[in-house]
Amino acid sequence: MSPLRRFLRRPEAAAGAIILGVLFAMALFASLLFPGDPQAIAGPALLPPFQDWSLPLGTDRLGRDVLAELFHGARTSLAVGLGAAAAALFIGAVVGTLAGFAGDLVDEVLMRITDAFQTVPSFLLALAFVSVVGPSLGVVVAAIALGAWTGPARVARAEVLSIRERDYVAGARVIGMHPLAIAFREVLPNALPPVLALSSVIVAAAILTEAALSFLGLGDPNRVTWGGMIAEGRTVLRTAPFLSIIPGIALVLTVLGIYLAGEGVVETTAVRRSLS
Amino acid sequence: MTRALPLIRRRLVGSIFVLLIVVIGTFLLLEAAPGDAVDAYIVSTGGDAGMIELLRHQWGLDQSELTRLANYLWALLHLDLGQSVTFSRPIRDVILERLPTTLLLMVSATALSFGLGSALGIYAGARPGSFRDRFLSVGSLALYAVPGFWLGLVLIVIFAVDLRWLPIGGIESLASDKTGLARAADIAVHLVLPVSALGFIYLALYLRMMRAGMAEAWRQDFVLAARARGLSRRRIVLAHVARNALLPLVTMLGLQSAQMLGGSVVIESVFAVPGLGRLAQEAVASRDTPLLLGIILTSAVLVIAINLAVDIAYAFLDPRVGASEAGA
Repeated sequence: MSPLRRFLRRPEAAAGAIILGVLFAMALFASLLFPGDPQAIAGPALLPPFQDWSLPLGTDRLGRDVLAELFHGARTSLAVGLGAAAAALFIGAVVGTLAGFAGDLVDEVLMRITDAFQTVPSFLLALAFVSVVGPSLGVVVAAIALGAWTGPARVARAEVLSIRERDYVAGARVIGMHPLAIAFREVLPNALPPVLALSSVIVAAAILTEAALSFLGLGDPNRVTWGGMIAEGRTVLRTAPFLSIIPGIALVLTVLGIYLAGEGVVETTAVRRSLS
Repeated sequence: MTRALPLIRRRLVGSIFVLLIVVIGTFLLLEAAPGDAVDAYIVSTGGDAGMIELLRHQWGLDQSELTRLANYLWALLHLDLGQSVTFSRPIRDVILERLPTTLLLMVSATALSFGLGSALGIYAGARPGSFRDRFLSVGSLALYAVPGFWLGLVLIVIFAVDLRWLPIGGIESLASDKTGLARAADIAVHLVLPVSALGFIYLALYLRMMRAGMAEAWRQDFVLAARARGLSRRRIVLAHVARNALLPLVTMLGLQSAQMLGGSVVIESVFAVPGLGRLAQEAVASRDTPLLLGIILTSAVLVIAINLAVDIAYAFLDPRVGASEAGA
């Protein structure tokens, strides 16, 4: 059986894959289905959902189309989640490889820096970073990555420590390869699988952090974000709770989809490894 | 106890280095922030260019970066975090005033998530693969996906707006002259929603860890031995399987304290709880960077202290800890 079919045979994994598929489609076709500015006024203010079929999910306090905002918000969530996770995995893999391969003082210094980053609450760090540098999509991605690279770094280091004593590494030393070349061309690629296994958790956490940041008003002001929508709806929570609840459901489904699909991938590959 | 001492000593020395790195990091962020303390002061009080020069000189802001870092460290050693422009008071006093509320919130949320999470984890892990195991496993994953601040809003809509069972926010009733037990009860009622919103995500985490740890423990030889001795299933689950699965959860207790401090920022904002997290948000809103960095430093110290406490607790719980170091 192909890995893909084995993956899809797990009901949880299939559900996760479907959710992620819908999410990617929403992000991809946002501009096609809802051209123009999603923050433009589209109808009467505070229209409840399922009343007018040209505005299926209703409108917010200013009369903006909630469905259009939801689609465009999917774009921001995915971009920030994937961007921050990629950056965190990259930094973590590099730091972990350097620490594990160099050992001694380099290891000690890099691991104390890792400790320091784990000691500071990552959300507070992101908050401080965005408030000092100023909110934009790139800054938010960097701020989240800043607090998320420590886990991958630890995993990469542990993996590198076990790999660096192997015969092929000794062989590379004997033929006179530069230590950095050995570390990044021979050791790092082999240390990657357990690091990549963290990616679903990191993407999910990054999406939640982005939502919390924009909820507090520290998202990119020029983009629609689900967290920003929840904050907007909060001002009319008593009269129109749906404005906060709808984007929240989108967030929960997204994160759940990532967990389910991620767990499915890990379990599928684990089965394959135990079979071979 | 004595066997844990070398471990604690080593951890303390390590913590000093970690704290130093955090301080240098916050200093760099402070430097990167647009404007300095004098600018902020002048904005709030007014003053001319001559006064700006004078103040810069007086506060040592016209010196080199290294001197300023040294001054910063020296002030921190005296527990002086500087002056908050927004509050016109020493930052240390503002933080100390807000800290107990956040600690109360964190301790309550930890008790809820750890207690209920591990109990449900034992319930699920006692019969691996059963319906309740699968149900709790998927349910906890769903709970784990819920952002705390949104859960907070949903709880407000249900329990404060619709049902009117619980207060919508704050830490106690305004203008009430309650004292003693009545006041404690009032605070407890106010804490129900924020503690739930903050604790539920960790409840899911502990449940999942407990379940996974028990699945691991079921395969161990000592469980087989316990079965062979004819112990009841209940006793095997509680005294052998769950007990061994509990230890990693204790470590997690320390590791997630930093996460929970971060989470309290949004939760305190949602429920208008006057704690450290809300203070951080106020500092961001009023661009009071020194105050924000003071909060970060305080959090770092708090996280280090909590992890040290967890390490000591661990040494008591697990007789293997420190055994090798005492021998070395």
